[in-house]
Amino acid sequence: MEKTALVEQLKAQIIEALLLEDLTPGDIDPAAPLFVEGLGLDSIDALELILLLEKQYGIRVEDPKERRDALQSVNAMADYILSHQ
Amino acid sequence: MHAYLTSTGLISPQRTFENDFSCGLETEGMPILPAIEPNYKGLINPVQLRRMSRILKLGIGAAQLCINNAGGQQPDAIIVGTGLACVNDLELFLKSIIETGEQGLSSIPFINSLHNTVAAQVARTLKIQTYNNTHCHRGASFENALLDALMLLHEKEHRQVLVGGIDEFSMHYYNLLTPKVVTGEGAGFFLLSDSPAGKNSVEIPAVRTYYAPEEDFIARFLEEHNMPLHHLDAVLLGINGNPGDDAIYCRLIDNFFPPSCQLITYKHLCGEYHTSSAFALALAAHSIAAGAFPAPAVFRPGTAAKPQKVLLYNHYQNCNHTLMLAVARQPIKN
Amino acid sequence: MPAVYITGAGMVSAIGFSVKETLLALREQRTGIAPITLFDTKLKHLPAGEVKCSDEELFRRADMHPGRDVCSRTALLGLVAAQEAMRMSQSKVDKQRISLVSATTTGGMRFHEKNAHTILAGTVEKKYIELLDCADAAQKIAGYFGISNNVTTVSTACSSSANAIIVGARMIKTGIADKVLVGGADALTRFALNGFNSLEILSPGGCMPFDAHRNGISLGEGAAYLVLEAAAVAKPENILCRLSGYANTNEAYHQTASSPYGEGAVHAIRKALDTAGLPAAGISYINAHGTGTVINDLSEGRAIETVFGATVPPVSSTKGYTGHTLAAAGAAEAIISILAIQHRLLFPNLRFTTQMPELSFLPQTALEENVPVNHVLSNSFGFGGSNAALIFSRP
Repeated sequence: MEKTALVEQLKAQIIEALLLEDLTPGDIDPAAPLFVEGLGLDSIDALELILLLEKQYGIRVEDPKERRDALQSVNAMADYILSHQ
Repeated sequence: MHAYLTSTGLISPQRTFENDFSCGLETEGMPILPAIEPNYKGLINPVQLRRMSRILKLGIGAAQLCINNAGGQQPDAIIVGTGLACVNDLELFLKSIIETGEQGLSSIPFINSLHNTVAAQVARTLKIQTYNNTHCHRGASFENALLDALMLLHEKEHRQVLVGGIDEFSMHYYNLLTPKVVTGEGAGFFLLSDSPAGKNSVEIPAVRTYYAPEEDFIARFLEEHNMPLHHLDAVLLGINGNPGDDAIYCRLIDNFFPPSCQLITYKHLCGEYHTSSAFALALAAHSIAAGAFPAPAVFRPGTAAKPQKVLLYNHYQNCNHTLMLAVARQPIKN
Repeated sequence: MPAVYITGAGMVSAIGFSVKETLLALREQRTGIAPITLFDTKLKHLPAGEVKCSDEELFRRADMHPGRDVCSRTALLGLVAAQEAMRMSQSKVDKQRISLVSATTTGGMRFHEKNAHTILAGTVEKKYIELLDCADAAQKIAGYFGISNNVTTVSTACSSSANAIIVGARMIKTGIADKVLVGGADALTRFALNGFNSLEILSPGGCMPFDAHRNGISLGEGAAYLVLEAAAVAKPENILCRLSGYANTNEAYHQTASSPYGEGAVHAIRKALDTAGLPAAGISYINAHGTGTVINDLSEGRAIETVFGATVPPVSSTKGYTGHTLAAAGAAEAIISILAIQHRLLFPNLRFTTQMPELSFLPQTALEENVPVNHVLSNSFGFGGSNAALIFSRP
């Protein structure tokens, strides 16, 4: 899949997995940090996003540092998926 | 030991979230009485609303209503009584364990299933870092929480205690009660203070819970709290329509409570649930302040012009019995 | 505060069926954390502190009958511990003046897991449905001893039985009871295993509290009960210890995690010291919450440093022996704290190898005997920011 399409798909999946009912994909800036600033997500959300990568893309991220990098932003998630598929 | 009830917030199968205690909604023939919920968007921060299951919305909503009704007065302790707590989240997580074969589970239903979730989330919402407790003891859950609150005020370390009783509808409980009893739900929060606020404060001089008590426990309770039987203006009874449960109340009506005493029932208005006594206490407090119980709650009229000294008695399957007293702060001569 | 004495204690966990057996295991530095053998789960690679005893055998030990009594495993564990505690306490107290404050988090979940299909389909018998909730253990214990007044169950996650002890002590302090049986019980469940696993905080090799390489919790199961008595009724020869201080606070920070610098823990410990009327320097030993998760041990360790400064007293977590017994943990660790005072012992951390770089202190690593232990602080922190701290003192 091409990155732009993947980013759009990820946004929709994140909204569903994290129960962000009031947001639309257009509200999420793919370059903005997902945690603390930006969407203001927390550690429980991080676990849900790890689960999302596993269930939807078959990628299991174990290493804590790699997790931090992969979940930096929606763009980072897309890059991680593209380089690990 | 005593406390003053200075504010209530009640979400129930009646329109009580608007402080309407007329209890006029028709409930005849309904097997389940669902709570009538306010629009939470004005009550709960939308960021918090995101991961909240229904019981959390009910609980935080009712707690916020209570605080709003108290003019924003913040509590310095939070205590919740809940029979089954977040049983729907608990079943959701149990189901996901079975369905997935213990793999790839989301942690959210697990976190939300903990019994102290409501009390903890109320604390987070109101930013209250002091005493926080949860009692989960079937039909005595709310009364045990109330007793905890009365102790806190008596110890003089805390001055404003927010105490709540909450249970939501679940298939689990429905299966336990049907077909004989109408299942209900609700969230009732109360701000208890060590001093009265305004002329309409209701005093809670005593609460006690019993497991398999001896015959004369009600008489002993009244004696201990200097409340002669003939001084009681009204008694709220947890009659629920199940002949086995109701036989115990009927014996007391026939042989114990004097004819002068008004008899009030409420479970036809809110349904049966472990913490329905929170509905009963809110009803009693509003009725004492208003000078009369709403007509749909009156089972047998009494002789007092206005209810000022009220006993609340409920039992759960003849096993857990609970007693509460609620009295007008300054009895006005009839 | 008016004196609250402990005149009875009973405990069952992965390291023993009584307080005596618990003390022996602690002295021998023997862990109860081992592979799960008593029920089916996909998570058998995660060791736990299981009470190696079938439900049938537990019925016998609890003086119950499998044919006659409908009892959850949690209630059976609770009965075993409560019976030991009540046997130890010999006072004669008016029935109207005795209460029970019990604690649990998983209640009868173990039964529900075994019968999940019938329960979710709604075809299970009604007498079994009721086992799911929290009250089962307390009702069975109250029934066994004929306790009638103010019987309640506290459930505040991992601090549940510490909070049950606090409620019981306050019943004595406010004069509504003279004798209160307090404690908690929890059976090991697939529910809790999967719950903690979904948060990725279970240790694959056994918990290593306060170690730089710590990698999570080892769950456990068990029960622990204590008898609290007012000065007016406690027989001097029965007094094991005194509950001198306590605090129940809430961090109001996050749904599960504690704050990085443990402000909530600091608040609880300082408040407990305050009720006890003790300076921080008065504490001889700290039985830490010490679950072995990255977040808890850092947050708790920093909180201890904040309160105790440069002179941190000996600290250990005994969860390496029993596993984290959830609602039983606070009361189990209260009993271990009392044993430290009675027998002048300091119990070491198990499996400790490497100091945490963020902390200035090391946990206790060797068994020390003949140490004057006069005041012990026992911490219990739960999800939902439910923090509790207890202080036990030589009577």
